[in-house]
Amino acid sequence: MSITPTNTSLRSASAGDPEGATTEVMENTHTAESARPTEFEPIPFRTVLGVELRKAFDTRSGFWLLAAIAAAGVIATGAVLAFANNSDLTYDNFAGAIGVPMTILLPVVAILAVTGEWSQRAGLTTFTLVPHRGRVIRAKFVVTIAIGVASMALALAVGALGNIVATGIKGIDTTWDLSPTSILYIVGADLIGMTVGFMLGVLTRNSAGAIVTYFSYWFVLPTLSMVLAAHQTWFKSAQPWVDFNWDQGRMYDGGFTATDWAQLAVTGTFWLLLPLAFGLWRVVRAEVK
Amino acid sequence: MIIVDSLTKKYGGFTAVDHVTFRAEPGRVTGFLGPNGAGKSTTMRILVGLTPATSGAATVLGRRYADLPNPGREIGVLLDASAQHAGRTGREILTLAQRTMRVPRGRIDEMLDLVSLSEEESARRVRDYSLGMRQRLGIATALIGDPEVLVLDEPANGLDPAGIRWMRDLLRSYANKGSTVLLSSHLLHEIEVIADDLVVIGNGRIVANGTKSDLLEAAGTFAGAADIAVLAAALTAAGHTAEPSLGGLRTDADAAQVGQVALAAGVPLTELRPADGAGLEEMFLELTKDDAREEVAA
Repeated sequence: MSITPTNTSLRSASAGDPEGATTEVMENTHTAESARPTEFEPIPFRTVLGVELRKAFDTRSGFWLLAAIAAAGVIATGAVLAFANNSDLTYDNFAGAIGVPMTILLPVVAILAVTGEWSQRAGLTTFTLVPHRGRVIRAKFVVTIAIGVASMALALAVGALGNIVATGIKGIDTTWDLSPTSILYIVGADLIGMTVGFMLGVLTRNSAGAIVTYFSYWFVLPTLSMVLAAHQTWFKSAQPWVDFNWDQGRMYDGGFTATDWAQLAVTGTFWLLLPLAFGLWRVVRAEVK
Repeated sequence: MIIVDSLTKKYGGFTAVDHVTFRAEPGRVTGFLGPNGAGKSTTMRILVGLTPATSGAATVLGRRYADLPNPGREIGVLLDASAQHAGRTGREILTLAQRTMRVPRGRIDEMLDLVSLSEEESARRVRDYSLGMRQRLGIATALIGDPEVLVLDEPANGLDPAGIRWMRDLLRSYANKGSTVLLSSHLLHEIEVIADDLVVIGNGRIVANGTKSDLLEAAGTFAGAADIAVLAAALTAAGHTAEPSLGGLRTDADAAQVGQVALAAGVPLTELRPADGAGLEEMFLELTKDDAREEVAA
């Protein structure tokens, strides 16, 4: 694909350029300097936030993932409405049915927010425009959590609507059996799940790797630890102190004691905060290629 | 203005960039030339903070890149046109850059116009772009902040001849406005037609650095003769250099001196002219050859 410059154009360029270019340049640099602001405003964090929020929706994968979460919520509501017994038409069941697909899919949102910069190599542009990578990663985390909270608010609202409509249709009393405390436990557990996704994204910097690891964490690990706990009594007593997934799962039932919180803090530190810190430390140093 | 000062990057025992020092001046196009794998891209990535340097420093407009408050407004960067989320549209990628840099929305259409991407093309996803279109989009992204400095890695890759011509004119007009333009290429001819200054890198080291005219001048005189061996011997005896070159020889003597020596030695000259790029080209081929040999050895 190389162009073949003719010798004449080459010569005329090399002969004509030096003096001509320099004098012209001197004048132009002056005008250019006086016309430009000497100092640009630093990019505010809200700008980085806005851009990162946009990036969560502007790709097909991002858009359809979020659309799928919403669709799953609506389908779940419809399914409860259509198939549940009258006694099961409670707020807890509605919110739960919507919450389960969300609990599973939201962490994937968190994963893709981080890994797209590496797997799709978009980071080459992102991190040249905002060289302090920590700001970008922070913005991604805030956006991730915001999407999580908004989705769960939506789930609770759709669930409430489903509950009212369903009980209205069937002519039974509307049951509100989900206390604000239980809701906080559920939201907390889901946000921890999203942070796990975020951690895996930061740690692997690879979409496929992070998603596979995440689903192993979600589906394979609990089974293994369940089997282990069933056969080894020592593990059964140690489990709350070592099995983060188990501790997180217990949050959906709520009613944590001080010991439960301590166990969550211990396993959370070990399985979530330490890997996250290590991942972040590497992300701000790693080469972006 | 870009100042690269003794930049070094080591990967374990391998030195990818070895004490690289050069400047790219405002109002000039600086060509960064070297065979593939010579360290061009690594140097550029270090310059914009994507790769940490082992030692040395680089500044853009007098500051470290990371200290620029809004880098996109001061330096336009295109390192790899294919490094974009394939699922975004061209317009969306420009919008993200426009929002990050906080420039007016109108810049998006101005840039699409400038790089000749149509409305319809800008709505397509980058996955469906040809390399040439990605290259144009990348240049639009680099220019959207109206920067004073441009850094482009192999921008002509994937462009058709008309596109290359367009790019050359564009970069020239930027330099003429007083901007600093640094562009890399592994093709000597490509860079020869556009650059004012040349920085040649091979195996991580700078092997030549200067204005294009100086480097071409340093190449000396090319002489063809009926008997090249006799002319070479006569030139050497007269205290000049004489290196075989394609179809003749290259010497540091000027044309008059060569004529004198040839006359005294009684060798008819068949050709006599400034060596122009020949010296540079040979140096460049030499670099490429070394590189190729290393790849075979490894």
